Amino acid sequence: MKYTEEHEWLRVEDDLVVVGITAHASEQLGDIVFVEVPEADTTVSKDDEVVVIESVKAASDILAPLDGEIVEVNATLEDNPGQVNEDPTGNGWMFKLKVEDLSVLDELMDEAAYNKFIG
Amino acid sequence: MGELKRTVLFDLHVGLGGKMVPFAGYEMPVQYPMGVMKEHLHCRDAAGLFDVSHMGQVILRPKSGDLADAATALERLVPVSILALAEGRQRYAIFTNESGGILDDLMVANRGDHLFLVVNAACKDADIAHMRAHLSDDCEIEVITDRSLVALQGPGAEGALASLNPAAVDMRFMDSTAMDLLGVQCWVSRSGYTGEDGYEISVPDAQAVALCEALLAISGVEAIGLGARDSLRLEAGLCLYGNDIDTTTSPVEGAIEWAIQKVRRTGGARAGGFPGADRILEELENGASRRRVGILPDGRAPMRQGTVLFATAEGGAAIGTVTSGAFGPSIGGPMSMGYVAIEHAADGTQIYGEVRGKRMPATLAPMPFRPSTYKR
Repeated sequence: MKYTEEHEWLRVEDDLVVVGITAHASEQLGDIVFVEVPEADTTVSKDDEVVVIESVKAASDILAPLDGEIVEVNATLEDNPGQVNEDPTGNGWMFKLKVEDLSVLDELMDEAAYNKFIG
Repeated sequence: MGELKRTVLFDLHVGLGGKMVPFAGYEMPVQYPMGVMKEHLHCRDAAGLFDVSHMGQVILRPKSGDLADAATALERLVPVSILALAEGRQRYAIFTNESGGILDDLMVANRGDHLFLVVNAACKDADIAHMRAHLSDDCEIEVITDRSLVALQGPGAEGALASLNPAAVDMRFMDSTAMDLLGVQCWVSRSGYTGEDGYEISVPDAQAVALCEALLAISGVEAIGLGARDSLRLEAGLCLYGNDIDTTTSPVEGAIEWAIQKVRRTGGARAGGFPGADRILEELENGASRRRVGILPDGRAPMRQGTVLFATAEGGAAIGTVTSGAFGPSIGGPMSMGYVAIEHAADGTQIYGEVRGKRMPATLAPMPFRPSTYKR
């Protein structure tokens, strides 16, 4: 699993990059009450705002971690946003990204580096 | 901004894992490890204990010895009948200003030989100065600085407090009385700000921690933070001063004219005689040009404070603004309150709130969003 400074995790499954937010981020946000996922088959650039999350505290944007095409989204989050708190790296996944070259993930933090980052 | 103050219960909050944040000049717990959503639901299902010691507690004693003189004096500042408030009873009131706006909202209790007031934390210094300026000829104004204030709220509140003093059961909504709890004289009212049955307890600072520990030791009682307090009061349709009512909103615009008894309205025996009476009495007769309303977004996205409201999905000028908005854990969806122009203020009206640049549909709905459970 790889991590961004925006507190997203990325995991490669079947040549696609699955993206969600980290347990640390979900704890900081508090209880999540609304998730708006993008349409599938959307081309995105790194740092585009692709997902909106509202917690009991505030709204936050989740940014595209890489250039690519969103090929699948976790639409169950719209009815059950609490999955992001309960299982952030499992059922709380947000979207799957098709990228040209998976080697771009090598530049991201690994778990040890992310744990150090959130210190 | 000066240094943040702490309530006597600060160490207790930290010990319970409370996340402390600045609020109205105090460091207060916004949530505990349970989290806002579960705390909210716990208060509705069992019982919640809230530290509201940041609020101001003030006693007005009549210099004449006759409580009616203090009541008459206070009626110069509030459009509420204080003279008719029976001993042992409490009611909601508002301080108004000369332009008919609201300086603060408060609770006033008749405690026999004095009036006991609870005012908002952010307004208390101004309220006290306002009372000193206008009431000093008739009243001794005693600011209580050696007592904490806690609220015990929820369906389990009665049983929990009755385990410390069975007399708690005999109180009804808005009763206010002195009560022995753990051998200490507390001032207890059957009230609160969650829409639940419950109590507010003024306890001497020296015994506040012990009382809270005793209450928290009772099965079903959990400490609840400001985050859940906000969603609880919003589901109950209750105004947060500074958000939903302020110096620019009149009581009629704010839909709290129910707090103004007939005797203070045009034709009443003590009509007017409070700041801003010209405007407020006129609006009571003819209505105001805008009104505070309940708003239920059709979708799941909350419409938060500041969301601009429109009558149509496209075009047209704004018709109002959201003043409080959040997710309502007990209603299972987003909820807001805000002001709209009077011609759009009827329950059931379809409106639109602009969220992230998109107009999202919402429906005006009566408040409370969730029925209150007061023991009347």
